[in-house]
Amino acid sequence: MAEQPVVEVRGISKHFGKGPTRVDALRGVSLDVYPGTVIGLKGPSGSGKSTLLNVIGCILEPSSGSMRLNGELVYDGKWLRADLRGLRLEKIGFIFQSHNLLPFLNAWENIAVTRILAGASPAQARIRAVELLTYLGIERRKDAMPGELSGGEAQRVAIARALANDPRIILADEPTAALDSQRAATVMDMLRKVAAEHRSAVIVVTHDEKIFDRFDHIYSLRDGALEPPAGAAAATPVLQ
Amino acid sequence: MNLALKDISHNLGRFLLTCLGLSLLLGIVLAMVGIYRGLVVESLGLVRAAGAQVWVVEGGTRGPFAEASRLPGDTREAIAAQWGVASAGGVSYQNIEAQHRGQTTRLMVVGAQIARPGEAPPVVEGRPILRSRYEAVADRGAGLALGEQIRLGRDTFTVVGLTSGLVASGGDPVIFITLRDAQKLQFDLAPAAARREYVRSAGATGTTDTVNAIVVRLLPGVDANRFAQDIVRWKHLAALTQDDQETVLARSVIDRARRQIGLFTSLLLTVSTVIVGLIIYTMTIDKKKAIATLKLIGAPDRRIVGLIVQQAIAMGVISFVAGAALIGAGHGYFPRRVVLEPADSLALFGVVMVACLLASGLGVRTALKIDPASALAG
Repeated sequence: MAEQPVVEVRGISKHFGKGPTRVDALRGVSLDVYPGTVIGLKGPSGSGKSTLLNVIGCILEPSSGSMRLNGELVYDGKWLRADLRGLRLEKIGFIFQSHNLLPFLNAWENIAVTRILAGASPAQARIRAVELLTYLGIERRKDAMPGELSGGEAQRVAIARALANDPRIILADEPTAALDSQRAATVMDMLRKVAAEHRSAVIVVTHDEKIFDRFDHIYSLRDGALEPPAGAAAATPVLQ
Repeated sequence: MNLALKDISHNLGRFLLTCLGLSLLLGIVLAMVGIYRGLVVESLGLVRAAGAQVWVVEGGTRGPFAEASRLPGDTREAIAAQWGVASAGGVSYQNIEAQHRGQTTRLMVVGAQIARPGEAPPVVEGRPILRSRYEAVADRGAGLALGEQIRLGRDTFTVVGLTSGLVASGGDPVIFITLRDAQKLQFDLAPAAARREYVRSAGATGTTDTVNAIVVRLLPGVDANRFAQDIVRWKHLAALTQDDQETVLARSVIDRARRQIGLFTSLLLTVSTVIVGLIIYTMTIDKKKAIATLKLIGAPDRRIVGLIVQQAIAMGVISFVAGAALIGAGHGYFPRRVVLEPADSLALFGVVMVACLLASGLGVRTALKIDPASALAG
């Protein structure tokens, strides 16, 4: 039996303002992302990449359409869950451009906090944090504060934090923007590994052409509309 | 994992420095309350030292502390002869400036009769006044040593005993001498012209024997209020019970100081609240990205509110404890007595906690308005 998509976006539109000041940030975007795949979203500034990421991340309410995350219909003309933060905690991991580690927590605490927010005990959360740091190869830096970590190490801790609650969806906003080519490639390899081993759907917003070869598919957004991946539509499990 | 404590320990130096500043403010607030309590204790100390149950004063006055009161000295005999009186003594009070060790010292001179109500309370060093002339019992606050001599008016007095913590409502240390010496001192200190008039009028009747009040102790079972009412019938006399006297003193002498100190204390607490509010607000602004990230990854609002409120409370607790410790250690160096009562400290602690909660409101409001999407912005 064919696998179900982890992210199903159908006809999502989002506009800001009314009348002559109305801006259509997203126009009828449909997108399926399957487990184990890493897709890229590219496009010029203002094309709607971040808006789409915010919508899939349940941070921004669309104007119309429907959305299913990990099989659960979460939006259909309106949010179907009141506790969107709980939904994010449970289903989505976020990776940011500038890692966004909490500056007052060390590496393992930054990972553990996500687990604790989801209801785990501090002891369980610590065990999970160290497991993830080991998995990503930076266990020896578990007690380092964010300011003591290199850019690559910090981004790996951020990836570990995104994985803390075993989410099926990982949203990454320009995760390699602040890294050199080598570290950017390492981070992308890490995301591919996570997608493959955790059967997660990874959506990456990027401008970084150096990493385009690391994606299963790359989508372009232009004026709020999603263009199909060049030459890949038929062969890919990612559908528009 | 307590995020508030983690954040505090991350910025420990800045947090403690802020607490230090706030602790000085709260220490001053505590000192103000202590100064007020000290003022009450000091003011009532002299009234209570007399050991009176009833104060007989000049008719139509509420003397001798709130208003001037003058009575013929022989009124004491008339009062002492009343039914129910155990003992009665004439007392006089006057503020003077005396030269002592080359410096001018302000003193409250109390003239009292030996072994009668109104005389000096038990001494902590030396002995009570036993001779009818030129002996004094001084409070330690006057800076006089046992056996030391001090010139008051035209006469020199030897300090034979010392009391402790006995000052007038103005803060002047008290020195007890005999009533006879005090009456002479009053006469000696009057300007020459006044003295001449005094001799011409009062001298014609052959007396300078006046007192400011008669201090009365009653026999057991005699009602002080009833006795005071009986005395008032004499028209030219007024009488106040000890409770009345303390109330009058509290209202007329202490009340304005209480309001002044109360106002100042309120202002300081308001300033402290504003400072806590601004600091917490600044700390929240500094954490804007961290808060947005926490919201984005799914932290509920109560976690965010807890982070800010706990920091405000921690700031209040640390500052209060440091301020209280500072004043506790330094209250002996204040020129006026500072009385620190646990109940006052507890009440102030409660006020500080409420102030911290109020002050954290601005930070909480700011934090709750932070858009989680801002965590995604570069």
